[in-house]
Amino acid sequence: MAYSDKVVDHFNNPRNMGSFKKDEEGVGTGMVGAPECGDVMKLQIKVQNDTIVDAKFKTFGCGSAIASSSLATEWLKGKTIEEAQKIKNTDIVQELNLPPVKIHCSVLAEDAIKAALADYQKKADGALVDAK
Amino acid sequence: MKLPIFLDNHSTTPMDPRVLDTMLPYFVEKFGNAASRNHAFGWAAEEAVEQARKQIAKLIKADPKEIVFTSGATESDNLAIKGVLEMYREKGDHIITSSTEHRAVLDTVKSLEGKGKAAVTYLPVDKFGMVNPEDVRKAITEKTILISVMLANNEIGTINPVKEIGKIAKEKGILFHCDATQGVGKIPVDVQDMGIDLMSFSAHKMYGPKGVGALYVRKKNPRVRIAAQMDGGGHERGMRSGTLPVPLIVGFGKACELCEQEMAKDTTRLIAMRDRLEASIMKALEESYLNGHPINRLPGNLNISFAYVEGESLLMGMKDIALSSGSACTSATLEPSYVLRALGVGTELAHSSIRFGLGRFNTDDEIDYTIKKVIEVVTKLREMSPLYEMAKEGVDLKSVQWAAH
Repeated sequence: MAYSDKVVDHFNNPRNMGSFKKDEEGVGTGMVGAPECGDVMKLQIKVQNDTIVDAKFKTFGCGSAIASSSLATEWLKGKTIEEAQKIKNTDIVQELNLPPVKIHCSVLAEDAIKAALADYQKKADGALVDAK
Repeated sequence: MKLPIFLDNHSTTPMDPRVLDTMLPYFVEKFGNAASRNHAFGWAAEEAVEQARKQIAKLIKADPKEIVFTSGATESDNLAIKGVLEMYREKGDHIITSSTEHRAVLDTVKSLEGKGKAAVTYLPVDKFGMVNPEDVRKAITEKTILISVMLANNEIGTINPVKEIGKIAKEKGILFHCDATQGVGKIPVDVQDMGIDLMSFSAHKMYGPKGVGALYVRKKNPRVRIAAQMDGGGHERGMRSGTLPVPLIVGFGKACELCEQEMAKDTTRLIAMRDRLEASIMKALEESYLNGHPINRLPGNLNISFAYVEGESLLMGMKDIALSSGSACTSATLEPSYVLRALGVGTELAHSSIRFGLGRFNTDDEIDYTIKKVIEVVTKLREMSPLYEMAKEGVDLKSVQWAAH
């Protein structure tokens, strides 16, 4: 199977690869997938004033999974929480030109975004409760 | 050194140029039909076919009359299994095979099983991928008519104790079919000594042309009979109708002759290169695991799992080296390798496996390049892997509740 140029580019030059400390303020972490399924994505966002100022990923998976998560971090940066919620897996499929057998990689990336946002929200709510 | 490098010699092999040279006259100049008995064109073709039959038979210590030409090993497997079942139906319908056979055998017996035509026992293998001959003995029933166990596995290269299985088959008077596609031409094969009654093999796995293979069918002690699976002109003593592809057969014969002459030399070279590849990779990369038998293995085979990285991404990172992986992403089924699973390799390590298949035309320079590239890419992908990061932090990955999807 031939990969699209964009997948190859993200694979060879992954954007925002790395990790934040999970307990750092404003960081939300999403980890989805399972090793037995052959893909695990960890996606992290750093939020300041409701805006995602930075994002990072680490992925165990095929080239398309790596490219999907790399692209996701690129898109997340600069978005508000609300805007980030709107990223759909189909947008990733379109941007990376993923073939049907690789659509699950984009689904996983969307799940990772949602999980990271939820984790951030949970931490933020918790902090709010603590403050009260 | 030229890129890309071909290190996938279990899937197919490049044709030896000497094979091509012997084939060329049989396309335009000597184009006759080997079944034409009444003119010089036919006679020339027949003579060439018979010469090839001798070369092929010699390599496996058989009689030329015991060689039936087919389109390849898949057809040979189908013909052997379906042909025996149909011919010996009155004696029984039980077939014994192993769980790591090639799909040409497994899917054939499964299809017969599904249609209610056969009862099948799938023997397990040990952690190295080897069938235990005693398991074969224990699986035999009064209804058993065929044992089908491969010589060498196409993924992990493990060589089965075929001679011991052949002995048990003889003792019990049961026919023994062996899919020897990966072994013939690479390791010594002697159908007499190994007690094989039917054997499938193919030209393109041993530097011959694609599209031709053979089924060895024993002629005496016992005389094996099989029901033809294709009706037609009654070629190949009625066992396989269809005009013989003379140029391919000539090439097949030459390929066998070359394998016989060069096996010792090829084996020494391949083992030296393979062992160097293995040692260099395993030394540089922690948590790399060898799949298959450490010693009883095809000379050109090396199958390694690299923990925390996924196979398809490894292949993508090494795109100028042609390799294969047991990862689900590289298969049509979305399941990781059933062969590795049968050995008890965990699903995650099956996803992380790479098969290196070395062949006659690989060079030391290519191995050097591969060693460098594998270390570089595995290291890079581990840096990118959340699993590697967790393992380094001391997290037991087995204790994690994964959100499976």
